[in-house]
Amino acid sequence: MRIAFKINGSEREVDAPPMQRALDVLREALRLTGTKEGCGEGECGACSIIVDGEVVNACLIPICQLQNVSIITVEGLARDGRFDPLQQAFLETGGAQCGICTPGMLIAARALLDVNSRPTRDEIKEAIAGNLCRCTGYVKIIDAIEQAAKLKG
Amino acid sequence: MAVGQNVLRKEGVEKLTGAARYVDDIALDHMLYGKTIRSRIARGRIKAITFDSSFDWSRVVVADWRDIPGANFVALIENDQPLLAESLIRHHDEAVLLIAAESKSAVEAAARHDHIDYDEWLPVLTIDEALAANEVLYPPDNVFKRFLIGRGDVDEGFAHADLIIEGEYRVPHQEQLYIEPQGMIAIPGDQTLTVMGSMQCPYYIHKALKQLFNLSDEQAIEIQTTTGGGFGGKEEYPSMIAAHAALLARKAQRPVKLIYDRAEDIAATTKRHPGIIRHRTGVTRDGRLTASEIDIVMDGGAYVTLTPVVLSRGAIHALGPYRCDHVRITARAVATNTPPNGAFRGFGAPQVTFAYEMQMEKIAAALGIEPLELRRINMLREGDVTATGQRLEWSVGASDVLEAAVEASRYTEKCAAVHAFNQRMKDSLQSAHSPVDNKRRGVGLSFFFHGAGFTGSGEARMKAKAGVEITAAGGARILTGSTEIGQGTQTIFCQIVADELSLAVDQVEIEEADTSKVPDSGPTVASRTTMVVGRVVQLAARAAQEKLTQFVAERFGAAEAALIKGRFMAGDIWLANFDEMAREYIAQHGALVAYAQYASPPGIAWDDETYSGDAYPVYSWGAEVAEVEVDMDTCEVIVTHITTAQDIGRAINPLLAAGQIEGGTLQAVGYGLLEELVWDKGRVVNNRLTNYIIPTALDAPEMQTIIVEKAYPHGPYGAKGVGELPMDGGAPAIAAAVFNATGAFASEIPITPERLQAALEEK
Repeated sequence: MRIAFKINGSEREVDAPPMQRALDVLREALRLTGTKEGCGEGECGACSIIVDGEVVNACLIPICQLQNVSIITVEGLARDGRFDPLQQAFLETGGAQCGICTPGMLIAARALLDVNSRPTRDEIKEAIAGNLCRCTGYVKIIDAIEQAAKLKG
Repeated sequence: MAVGQNVLRKEGVEKLTGAARYVDDIALDHMLYGKTIRSRIARGRIKAITFDSSFDWSRVVVADWRDIPGANFVALIENDQPLLAESLIRHHDEAVLLIAAESKSAVEAAARHDHIDYDEWLPVLTIDEALAANEVLYPPDNVFKRFLIGRGDVDEGFAHADLIIEGEYRVPHQEQLYIEPQGMIAIPGDQTLTVMGSMQCPYYIHKALKQLFNLSDEQAIEIQTTTGGGFGGKEEYPSMIAAHAALLARKAQRPVKLIYDRAEDIAATTKRHPGIIRHRTGVTRDGRLTASEIDIVMDGGAYVTLTPVVLSRGAIHALGPYRCDHVRITARAVATNTPPNGAFRGFGAPQVTFAYEMQMEKIAAALGIEPLELRRINMLREGDVTATGQRLEWSVGASDVLEAAVEASRYTEKCAAVHAFNQRMKDSLQSAHSPVDNKRRGVGLSFFFHGAGFTGSGEARMKAKAGVEITAAGGARILTGSTEIGQGTQTIFCQIVADELSLAVDQVEIEEADTSKVPDSGPTVASRTTMVVGRVVQLAARAAQEKLTQFVAERFGAAEAALIKGRFMAGDIWLANFDEMAREYIAQHGALVAYAQYASPPGIAWDDETYSGDAYPVYSWGAEVAEVEVDMDTCEVIVTHITTAQDIGRAINPLLAAGQIEGGTLQAVGYGLLEELVWDKGRVVNNRLTNYIIPTALDAPEMQTIIVEKAYPHGPYGAKGVGELPMDGGAPAIAAAVFNATGAFASEIPITPERLQAALEEK
């Protein structure tokens, strides 16, 4: 089945079995390996992507559901060689350690800031509650998202 | 100076843009996908393996133990764990067969068409069953290893006690749960065998592959890919996966990728050792410890693997950071038919820390002494002697961390505040208007220490090696087998070398962790990377600089030269710049590289026979104050705040060090409150993220982290270890806070609502 969508600003079309996981299409067909797999059942959030403004787990959706949508993955956060403020803030506050949850965290945080430019710490925690991190204790991730929100404001 | 600065993570940009390549992100031409076929019983004998004749096996590579060219074991301490089971099955999910095919779906399809028939035997599944020894797994009595640590005369100590307090504490398995599952790719070459993947210790894999495949040092090549967390889980187990992938790749003569899914990873790989720890403590009325008898039993699982070393660290830390002249510690690890337990951050210490700190709570309650006062009375101070007879000569931040945590958390005020809150709650319950929420609040304290580096004579035997190369561009390259697994190795090493050579941090780079390019710095474990290997890296930088300085002195005919801020000087005379001299040296003599090797600090002595002496060259110290809120109706515990003060010597990078402390502290919250493996006949039932619960952002308390820097004279710039210490103190601080809030004493973790309800009923 041919599926067309916009991803990180470019129009793409893939030919894939309709029920193939979106995660596999991104990672294997499009070689966008920044989106990670941590559990394969929607619990860890390492495969978070933004689809038409909503955060979804790419391991849970079949590719056929992405017909004509707009997708953002971690590779699409930096624009024209410039970091998204979130990436800069994660770097400065120490929000990334092993880095495996980082793409998903950045995506969840981006989706939050897109609808809520000045979130409270509790709102941030709620927004990343579906993204597991085993390294940081979340402290510096929450700090980073707060800092990015301030930078932009 | 770069040391002491919050230098940004060296590999940060790659990790933030998605460019970093983890093993599963790598696809090679002609690569096959591998899978491990595992036992479905905990103990027995393989009767027959059959392959469905209706299935097309022509495109599937199948390997079993007979394909191994060398002896069938994964090299570690006792070499008792087979790479693939031959006949005997000793635990559920033990590897039996390997298959590989063109795609993930093809290999999954093949996996459904083989069958293993067994003679099933009665398994030994718990510590109690192992000690009963009705079934013998490890002759003669199922005990893998024993330690005895003795000091003074406990009978005499108990004779001087006013009171004897006894306690029994139970600690569970814990899964490391790195978010990147385990995985390897093996690539067969004409003369070489290369494996790349997620690992902490490339040289462990090197040793295992050499043995299994009869390879030389040059033929076995191990390369670490960006690694998504380890926490000990990628210390020893990756040797198994690497060898499985290699066996398939050799047979197929094609690269093979073997990635575990989460369910397989939790079911089959190592976990923290569960244990039962009994304390019997003699105390005087004014709170001094006169005697301490401690018995530890840990469950090692089906094979010895690293269990003796985990048990050893547990035994050495079992008394805690307290003074006691009469001590007897016995420790045993037993065999069971469960997957081998292994390395996990803390390595035996979190288990015993929970026990000794809860024992201190029990003593405080029995004597009516404030828990904080009891710690102050008994804590080890400089010049004091530990359970193994080690006199603490330097860098003892014990009192510093305790007082810092108490002050920053406003411990005493908080204790009064929660008491008043709980009283109001109780009063209002009795009034006509009951509160909507029946809550209690509590404050709990823990005090702990952690020996950094290998135990006993380990570092002296290991002789960790590292190199520094000065490049023609006037920069430096660090050659080390120590790996970056998120904890900051690369950044910290670059900071050390930058300062040694008066370079900017971005002029220093790290060679990839590839055994064909870097020396064996020992494994990336035991809180040893900064303190031990960082020291070796520092010495290597000095040796490289010394080589270049001598060259400069000879070239200019100077009696001596010195490198000062990037310039070679002879007294006041400016001879030349660092980069031009580096270029000239390399043009004349080739590579400018120097290696250094670790040597124990002077005066450090350990006796393996009597298990006494200097167990570690130095200790890191921690104190933690946890605040909890308990819902008395649901028995749910919420940790609202943690204040932690940790003495880690000089913090090379305070931001990264704080990240270690925060992350370790939250893992300890999971250990104390949430994480529990459910077993059925030796099989993990909850091997998924839907039912093995680790803390999310909503479970994470706000944290205040205080770094105390009592410099260690033999660490690089005074640094000690930080990796494991934060894992030790969380569970007992939370349990103490729950005790403070409710009066329910938890002698077993995790403190689930069910367990708390039982403890409340017992009260």
